[in-house]
Amino acid sequence: MKLELRGITKRFPGVVANEGVDLVVQPGEIHALLGENGAGKSTLMNVLYGLYQPDEGEILIDDKPVQFSGPADAIDAGIGMVHQHFMLVPVFTVTENVMLGVESTQPPFGRLDKAAARRRLMDISDRHGLKVDPDAVVEDLSVGVRQRVEIIKTLYRWSDVLILDEPTAVLTPQETDDLIGVMRSLIETGTSIIFITHKLNEVLEIADRITVLRRGNVAGTTTPAETSKEELAAMMVGRDVQLVVDRDPANASEAVLEVSNLVVRDERGHFAVDHLDLEVRAGEILAIAGVQGNGQSELVQAITGMREPDSGTIRLNGEALGTDPRTVYRSGVAHVPEDRMEDGLIADFTIADNLVLNGYWHEPYSNGLAMDGAAIAASAAERVAEFDVRTPSIFNNVGNLSGGNQQKVIAAREFSRPIKLIVAAQPTRGLDVGSIEYIHRRIVEKRDEGAAVLIVSSELEEVLALGDRIAVMYQGRIVDTLTPEEATMERLGLLMGGAHPEDLEAAETDQADAPPTPPSTTTETGAAQPDAKGASDDG
Amino acid sequence: MTAAVATGMSRTEQRERTRQRVLGIIYLVLAVLMVLGFAVATDLTSTFGLSAPNAAIPVPNLVVPSATTVYLLAGVVAFAGAIQLTRGFGSRTALILGLVAFAFVFAFLTWVAAGQSMNLTGVLETTVQRSVPIVFGALSGILCERAGVVNIAIEGMLLSGAFVAAVVTSATGNPYIGIVAAVATGGLLAALLAVLAIRYRVDQIIAGFFINILVTGLTAFLSVRILQPYQAELNTPERLGPIAIPILSDIPILGTVLFRHNIFVYSLFALIIIIHLGLFYTRWGLRVRAVGEHPKAADTVGINVYFVRYTNVILGGMVAGMGGAYFTIGSTGGFEREMTAGRGFIGLAAMIFGGWNPIGAFLAGLVFGFADAIQSRLSILSIAIPSEFLLMVPYVVTIIVVAGLVGRARAPAADGKPYIKE
Repeated sequence: MKLELRGITKRFPGVVANEGVDLVVQPGEIHALLGENGAGKSTLMNVLYGLYQPDEGEILIDDKPVQFSGPADAIDAGIGMVHQHFMLVPVFTVTENVMLGVESTQPPFGRLDKAAARRRLMDISDRHGLKVDPDAVVEDLSVGVRQRVEIIKTLYRWSDVLILDEPTAVLTPQETDDLIGVMRSLIETGTSIIFITHKLNEVLEIADRITVLRRGNVAGTTTPAETSKEELAAMMVGRDVQLVVDRDPANASEAVLEVSNLVVRDERGHFAVDHLDLEVRAGEILAIAGVQGNGQSELVQAITGMREPDSGTIRLNGEALGTDPRTVYRSGVAHVPEDRMEDGLIADFTIADNLVLNGYWHEPYSNGLAMDGAAIAASAAERVAEFDVRTPSIFNNVGNLSGGNQQKVIAAREFSRPIKLIVAAQPTRGLDVGSIEYIHRRIVEKRDEGAAVLIVSSELEEVLALGDRIAVMYQGRIVDTLTPEEATMERLGLLMGGAHPEDLEAAETDQADAPPTPPSTTTETGAAQPDAKGASDDG
Repeated sequence: MTAAVATGMSRTEQRERTRQRVLGIIYLVLAVLMVLGFAVATDLTSTFGLSAPNAAIPVPNLVVPSATTVYLLAGVVAFAGAIQLTRGFGSRTALILGLVAFAFVFAFLTWVAAGQSMNLTGVLETTVQRSVPIVFGALSGILCERAGVVNIAIEGMLLSGAFVAAVVTSATGNPYIGIVAAVATGGLLAALLAVLAIRYRVDQIIAGFFINILVTGLTAFLSVRILQPYQAELNTPERLGPIAIPILSDIPILGTVLFRHNIFVYSLFALIIIIHLGLFYTRWGLRVRAVGEHPKAADTVGINVYFVRYTNVILGGMVAGMGGAYFTIGSTGGFEREMTAGRGFIGLAAMIFGGWNPIGAFLAGLVFGFADAIQSRLSILSIAIPSEFLLMVPYVVTIIVVAGLVGRARAPAADGKPYIKE
């Protein structure tokens, strides 16, 4: 099936989300749609999936114009979508989720025919190597398996064009490889795939063609052979971008944060952090890699006083750290929370007010009873300028800023005071390439001023770009701590997926025996970081 | 934190341990209460009637020595408390809790019936009758909440059903027309709730509360202005009498308890089965539950979320309207102000206690109905408890159930959250 979008324009009050966008997807092609957040990728796909009606332009299938008034029409036309946030009912089984909306029933009372649905599901599963247990309840499945369920769901509806919205954001590198295998298997049978992403590596690896969107317009269409990462990044942002921040080797000194034997439970009472030990020293960045949901959130919440640990100790400069957020703040800890709109900012407050959320009750912002509006405004103006927050006024609501500017407000608030420790969870999630560059630079700056930095990120590129030491978290424990030289994408990926460090080392030794590879180059940094391997013994 | 480390236990384990201990202590206290409170002279016996006066197959009465029975039951409860304190019951905790509750209630009844006779079958028959409006309310709640709309207007829908059924039946002389009118009224009020909650996204609790106040005020006003002057023409409805089901009604005890009722009770049984099968085994049910759990997921596979919610809320209102009709043409025979007396809210408690499941809600409704039946039976027998306290029993049971047991039930994930289509 050939799919064509011709001159699609979609306006929202005050914004043009898509402007005259053209896109042609040939049968059996993987077409990558690349763009920053807010570039209009999601809007375009929602138009294609019938969730939005375009203001101008048309959709053509096999050169015939079609009209979608809702997802049901798009599904009937053979378009399937795997949403970034999975559209699965957690308490339903895999079979129930797959059959929902296209149920097979038995006469006379319309009883659900789950056996028939399960047969077709298994047939699809076998054909494309999408392994799932049809009777498993979705909430018990890992994200990788849930994604397979989503793909099966679209194939079950006879889709010829598959839209994958940021499919790799939640996957380990190995799961990503599996997904790429599935995608290749699908295009062989003539299915075409629209692959939405902002990860440049993946685009170059698997796409047949690439369309880059910038501010609602098509910035260009190219193929992997004709382009490079730097060129794609420049197309997305509209200027040259530095993909990895320059930084000097860490100059680590005394331990600032010491966590030992920490146990934290999640809402359901399960061990999220399971007897974990770690240490972060002044002047270094410890980056924790791991697939989401392996206890990183709970670890950060425990350190920042947002969640009560079950047992264990958390020390800052040798003294027990407080257990409520304000005490933790007073001890000199900066926190960049994982969900900035949930825990970091109040959307309906102004930028100025958000900037004093962690200090509105004391000098110079308050005299004990009343807040000092002038002092708050003056300080806000200064910080907005210093941290390059793009806003018409400091009295605009934070909710109206872009993600990148919101994150800059948080950085401005958290970093503008003497701090000993930065705890940053997913600091660049959902940010565009330009903002990522900015936030990374600020974090490295703070490290160089002597702060200890703990970064938690599920983006391997970020972990590799920032970490002076890289710890891998799996099922509530640190399974290994690596130096940047040891930390290859592949090795991190295997550790994140639960492989044992000893097995990896054994495997590497085997490999090392065969070809005469030179000894690794860790000696130089090894001297600068005498106990870089120390933390790994704890996990 | 240091204490936790010292005992080698985590906080959560400690909390669980504390809960187990508290439960054990409660059992022991109950046992003491039973011995002190229900002790009677040793020569008295308690007689429990098990047979209805007109039963085809008579069953002999159950006669037990009052004091011995109470002490025996107290001993069982004390034993359970001791084990609960020392090693706990693990996964059987809930079962034991149920048994202890049963022992306590039976000891209480033995005390009440000491030296007298109490018709146990009659109590159970009343239990079913008293649970009818509660379970209708619970089913109404299930239909709405499984689709993701919280309906606290069930109380008002019951009350409106009661009013309309009384007036229409009196005016037409046909109770079946009365039922249809009550069902329609419930459906109309539900449509109002649906428009407010779904179309205008008014807070669902506030919308429901508004309907409750509206109905309470309106029926009270109409009752004074219209029903009282024209009592004979508008508020003397024909009551639907019991229909004994052939053969089934002759089963000892069970026949009287379940199969000698009026059409409301049989409709209720049918509805419980239909809604249960419908929700869990049909396309309709799968879609309803999907809408209540994850409306956006349902939307993306082409299910009309708003349509499902509207139909379910209106169906729920119709069920509540029917339950309301029971008050006037199924039970008492005339409308009185605020005669539903919170049964709609107790129905919601039964829905939650029953885990949003029709059969569970029915069983939960029976618990509340039993409390109500005991209360009405005791006010006839001469016992040393003021009647005001007895009237509190159903509500006290509701509070205990909601406060103590509800925490574990899991509501539909999107319950009470308006769906905003992008």
